[in-house]
Amino acid sequence: MLTTRRAKSVGLILGLGLTLLAFVTSIALGTTPISPATLSSALLHYDPSQVNHIILLTERLPRAVVAALVGASLAIAGALMQTMTRNPLASPGILGINAGAMFFVVVTVSLLPLSSPAEYVWPALLGAFVAAVLVILLSRGRHGEVSPLRVVLAGVAVTALFVSFSQGLLIVDQQGFESVLFWLAGSVAGRDLALVTPLLPLFLVAIVICAVLARHANALLLGEDMVKGLGINVTTIKALLGLAVILLAGSSVAIAGMIGFVGLIVPHMARGLFGLDHRWMLPGCALLGACLLLTADVAARFLMPPQDVPVGVMTALIGTPFFIYIARREAGHHTKGRA
Amino acid sequence: MTAEMTLRRPAKRRLARILPLTRTWGVALLLSLMLAASVAVSLTLGSFPTTPAAVARALAYPASSDIGFIVWELRLPRIGLAVLVGAALAVAGAILQGIVRNPLASPDVIGITSGAAMAAVVFLALFSASMNALWLPLAAMAGALLAALLVFSLAWKKGVTPARLVLVGIGLSAAMGAVTTLLIVISDDAAAMHAYVWLTGSIYGAQWHDVLGMLPSLALCLPLCFILARHMDALALGDSIAQGLGVNIARSRLVLVASSVALAGSAVAFAGGLSFVGLIAPHIATRLVGRGFARQVPIAALVGSLIVLYADLLGRVAFLPKDLPAGIFVSGIGAPFFVYLLHKSRS
Repeated sequence: MLTTRRAKSVGLILGLGLTLLAFVTSIALGTTPISPATLSSALLHYDPSQVNHIILLTERLPRAVVAALVGASLAIAGALMQTMTRNPLASPGILGINAGAMFFVVVTVSLLPLSSPAEYVWPALLGAFVAAVLVILLSRGRHGEVSPLRVVLAGVAVTALFVSFSQGLLIVDQQGFESVLFWLAGSVAGRDLALVTPLLPLFLVAIVICAVLARHANALLLGEDMVKGLGINVTTIKALLGLAVILLAGSSVAIAGMIGFVGLIVPHMARGLFGLDHRWMLPGCALLGACLLLTADVAARFLMPPQDVPVGVMTALIGTPFFIYIARREAGHHTKGRA
Repeated sequence: MTAEMTLRRPAKRRLARILPLTRTWGVALLLSLMLAASVAVSLTLGSFPTTPAAVARALAYPASSDIGFIVWELRLPRIGLAVLVGAALAVAGAILQGIVRNPLASPDVIGITSGAAMAAVVFLALFSASMNALWLPLAAMAGALLAALLVFSLAWKKGVTPARLVLVGIGLSAAMGAVTTLLIVISDDAAAMHAYVWLTGSIYGAQWHDVLGMLPSLALCLPLCFILARHMDALALGDSIAQGLGVNIARSRLVLVASSVALAGSAVAFAGGLSFVGLIAPHIATRLVGRGFARQVPIAALVGSLIVLYADLLGRVAFLPKDLPAGIFVSGIGAPFFVYLLHKSRS
């Protein structure tokens, strides 16, 4: 683990460099290789008559932007979930976000003639919100308090409920669900930038919340009584962080479908490298998440060329060895009492 | 709140002191009756219409009945397998949730399900043309055992802490899940479809030898659970307290995890990915009878059996002529009930 401030800063800068490298690689590599020089010329003097410029701006750039954004968001959301529930097995999916999005998409598709992932964004976002609100309502005790255990249990129940409803619908009406199944597998390809821009304010709000509350999130790790003793309003903190999770993970699911592994595992990697302090760990999550998803997306293009391998598969294959290494080295004293 | 209750209901409290397991016995009796009734109802339902009287006759004199074959060779083994698989998964889940002290733990968490799934899909993708399908459960069980061993050895570092076990477990599960998806993507449609059904979890086409295959692990591990129940309760309090109470932590943990692997491994081998039962049945049991491993185990087992039995019944008869995998309905049945219990237990 990186212990000193200096080492952590160097680590973050290194991470930023790696992410940028992955970003450029993601743009350059593909069925038609495009040089970085073309990228700069396409950005500065866009020429619609050049095929490379068109590929770049309509396909490669959006794909890389979406991968970086979604990877970073899912990782941060996962870290916040694990902190709030004090459970290393928690992921954004625990709030029912994925299942809710899936259910709403399936229902919408069975009612309306939608066919492309772009049209799933709003139902998915709505579903994510509804499910998360349902989980939080269900996990409130008689006096309105929300305990980590109840959140986890309510999340499991609501997730299972929505998943089984969706499976039921998928079975009853199997036609027209091909694209839904594709969406379910999770992908960052073919997403237009116009799709992402309306969601940017949501990401921005979430990032601001995280930046302001990172210090308070540290206090949550100490246990709620301790936080109260420090004179911090736990309910407000948790509500705001919960909102950040919903915004980040909900928008990510809406854009890219179900991408596993990042929200669950990357926070553990970041914790292993940067420690428990959220002021270092959250930026670490963002960089690692973005870097991992970008790399995985590039690798998925080349693993079996004509086949489109789900990007979630690649994140798991690339990330696991590194993760196991960190878990073996650090889990002993870092998550002590948290499992 | 306990004090309040003691003041309000002294008679019940006194009764509870005389018969410490009253509530558990009551719940257990109720669930057993429900299970018996469900088995009976399940026997009379199916794609071939049968009357209860005819089924009873077929049960008693299979040779002289037209539906003797249907009842004895098609429905009964399937019902038996559902009951055993549900019980095994529920108990395996209860053990793991106690061992790793995490309510989100299920047989997935130490790689059992994903290991079995990967082995099964490898088998279906590579060997299904050349080898008998009878080998599939064996392959799956081998996968489950190997995965658990791998997780354990990777998590081993002068002993195994629950935290490390969980982390290594979810990491490896994710990787094996990825390989499974990859194999499905590259294999041909027929094998992929078969793999999907397997992953969803199904007890379609169960035979008597499947039912017999479930028995050894249950017969061995259920008694072990009761013997080690006190150790389990002590472990739930934390390692140092358990040690103070005289528990040999490493040995108890190893035996308990091994039983969990055996139970979940054989259940997964014969029924595929039904692991949601292992997650939810122990929680339902806790909500019904409270904590305490010796109380939780039988109740969880009964709840698990009921869930799988009803899930399979629904898959068998609700969408005739289709016979749908039970895995689809497992969460549909378990989750609403769990939401209800969760809502009721607000305190």
